[in-house]
Amino acid sequence: MNSWIVTHLWLVPAEPFAASLAILSVSNTRRKSAAALAVAGQIIALALSVVAFVSTLQTHGFRAVQNFTWFTFGDQTLRLGFVLDPLAAAMLVMITVVGLCIFVFSVGYMAEDKNFTRFFAYLSFFSGAMLGLVIANSLLLVFIFWELVGLASYLLIGFWIERPSAAAAAKKAFITTRIGDMGFFLGVLWLYDRAGTLLFYDNGRGCLEGAGLAMLGASATFVALLIFCGAVGKSGQFPLHVWLPDAMEGPTPVSALIHAATMVAAGVFLVARVYPLFSLGAISGVTSSLTVVVWIGVTTALMAALIAIAQADIKRILAYSTVSQLGLMMVSLGVGGVAAGIMHLLAHGFFKALLFLGAGSVIHGCHGEQDIRKMGGLRRFMPVTFMTYAVGMMALSGMPFFFCGGWTKEEILHATAHWPPSHVPYYLILVGVVLTALYMTRQIIYVFFGNPRVAAERAHESPRIMTMPLIVLAFGAILLSAVLTPAWPWLHGYLTGEPTYFDVARLIQPMLFVSLALVSAGVGVGFWIYRKAGTQDGGRPAEVDPLEYAQPALFRFLANKMWIDELYARTVISFSWMAARLSDWMDRYFWDGLVRGFGAIGQLFGIFTTSVDERGINAGVDETTAGARGLGRVMSTAHSGQIQTYLGAIAIGMLALLLLYAWLA
Amino acid sequence: MTPTLQIFLIVSAALFSTGLLAALSRRHAIFILIGIEMMLAAANLNFIAFWRFGPPHQPPTGVMIALFSIAIAAAEAAVGLAMVIAVYRHYHTTNVDQLDQLRG
Repeated sequence: MNSWIVTHLWLVPAEPFAASLAILSVSNTRRKSAAALAVAGQIIALALSVVAFVSTLQTHGFRAVQNFTWFTFGDQTLRLGFVLDPLAAAMLVMITVVGLCIFVFSVGYMAEDKNFTRFFAYLSFFSGAMLGLVIANSLLLVFIFWELVGLASYLLIGFWIERPSAAAAAKKAFITTRIGDMGFFLGVLWLYDRAGTLLFYDNGRGCLEGAGLAMLGASATFVALLIFCGAVGKSGQFPLHVWLPDAMEGPTPVSALIHAATMVAAGVFLVARVYPLFSLGAISGVTSSLTVVVWIGVTTALMAALIAIAQADIKRILAYSTVSQLGLMMVSLGVGGVAAGIMHLLAHGFFKALLFLGAGSVIHGCHGEQDIRKMGGLRRFMPVTFMTYAVGMMALSGMPFFFCGGWTKEEILHATAHWPPSHVPYYLILVGVVLTALYMTRQIIYVFFGNPRVAAERAHESPRIMTMPLIVLAFGAILLSAVLTPAWPWLHGYLTGEPTYFDVARLIQPMLFVSLALVSAGVGVGFWIYRKAGTQDGGRPAEVDPLEYAQPALFRFLANKMWIDELYARTVISFSWMAARLSDWMDRYFWDGLVRGFGAIGQLFGIFTTSVDERGINAGVDETTAGARGLGRVMSTAHSGQIQTYLGAIAIGMLALLLLYAWLA
Repeated sequence: MTPTLQIFLIVSAALFSTGLLAALSRRHAIFILIGIEMMLAAANLNFIAFWRFGPPHQPPTGVMIALFSIAIAAAEAAVGLAMVIAVYRHYHTTNVDQLDQLRG
């Protein structure tokens, strides 16, 4: 069983891919079979992932690879492969579990959509690509799947293609991530140039193993930073985070699966996967590339948390929260807490999918309204959604004890507190934790508490097919905390390969109180600030945010996303617009003139050769033929047709020859 | 007067000239054929004469060639007469002056 799953690991991504192809090949009126195919593909992938996961439990630090040759050119062979290790197995299980919940939720959420089958085809395609990404044992294979998930993301953000904003958001996402991917690809090329292989693990010859790393030497920093460019693009890190909030134009299950739980985590996963490149030559756990990761992560985490406070769209708040949490994971990786970062990634996958699906349920219940200022009081109409959403909110805020997000956040704080170069990231993250609790409290109050406003008056609870995944994910978010506690840090041990033992005493640590105090402060301040926000009556929207009332300039700065989009519009975009105009002008007048000039030269030459042809060659040929014709006319008169004339001529010829002979002899 | 080679050659030349004159001057196709036959006879006479007055005790090569030549002349006359008949049927004449279809 063990070796079977290692050699057949490709079957995991193959299932959703096959489902996607099958859905695309059936008629788009067969909605039930499309949904059944997608869910079945996901269930099989989940089963195989569990088999893979179980097989990694046998030994600590389990790692098995299956490499194969893709093609050979000259004496070089390009090899790809799949790897099964705790990182891959944990990601596989998280993606398939969360994915399955979201697939089931989508059946209800998208029930009214006319392109239902296309949606499931794309969703399955995405799932396959994402599963392939986590098990790839070659940076090139990672890159291939990386681009495939990017494509799936593009297709799904622009799923409602008839909306211009969705089309624009899809393009923005694609182009912004492409900027990062260019760096990633350069990193891939550089790595291949130095290490001669792109396989991660290859019996000691892979680029993440001793010999490969030794060949890299000083260039490892640059390779790592180039690969990090790709991670920045995909994981929505500053300065390439601008696409992720706009990606919320896609259907909500897409936001949940791709832009919250799995794909955006790919950047964090990638950094964790190639961590040896980042940490090569580390002095007490610090390298220049990791320092860059830390500062980018801190900037992103704090900035996104600040922006989230001033947003009014339920999904945009969650989107900025995702950006912020991804920044937090990056910080964790940068300071050396790889396991903590990945644990937060896994926990985040569960609770952020839960929150997005909850938001989807709210939007569904409010008939498509996304503005939280128009909601309110929904806890009475949508009890299941409210309860599960509250679990997600607690987990995201980092409430300790029962919610998985609390333990992982605490681990990250732990790791960051002891970062040798600086304590600034640690303090900034503490601020981020408070802000996270604050904006989630604000959202909960606006959406679920107070009196119902415009959009909430005719709200209803979502059907069972949508609430069931919420409940499953909520239980997942709670139960996951059982393997995350410091008393029994099983998941930590599983990921790092260290033995785990049970010790209740470690449960109570200073960091637990720090974390508890910060979250309580955030939630308390939130309730105090927004205590009146949801209580206006008469179904009017809560037009003025309490913060806006207190600090209008600051609020506008945050509500407009710190003017970063506008800054890009003034700098990068206007620059490329200018460059495009310049190129257009050059093309139209300079290059076109050049081409026309050459054309004119050709034309002149053509006129010259035509005259040579007509006056010289044609006339010569005509003369020759006329001469031949005249000669023929003269000669033909000799042919009288009288055979006796011919005979006479022969006789005279013979006589002449005879006389010549006689004269010569 | 003893027969000598010159006498035979003179007779042969006369015969050839007569045949040539006939082939060139007569207008009827059959007479032209007869002239050609006379020229062949002159050639045959030459073969035999050169054999007869050549070195003694030779194999009879001249006579043999003359015999072959006569056989070929017979075949040629048959073909020629057949052509004359075919031409006559087509043009209703055997006057070679009128048979000028190959004029250039």
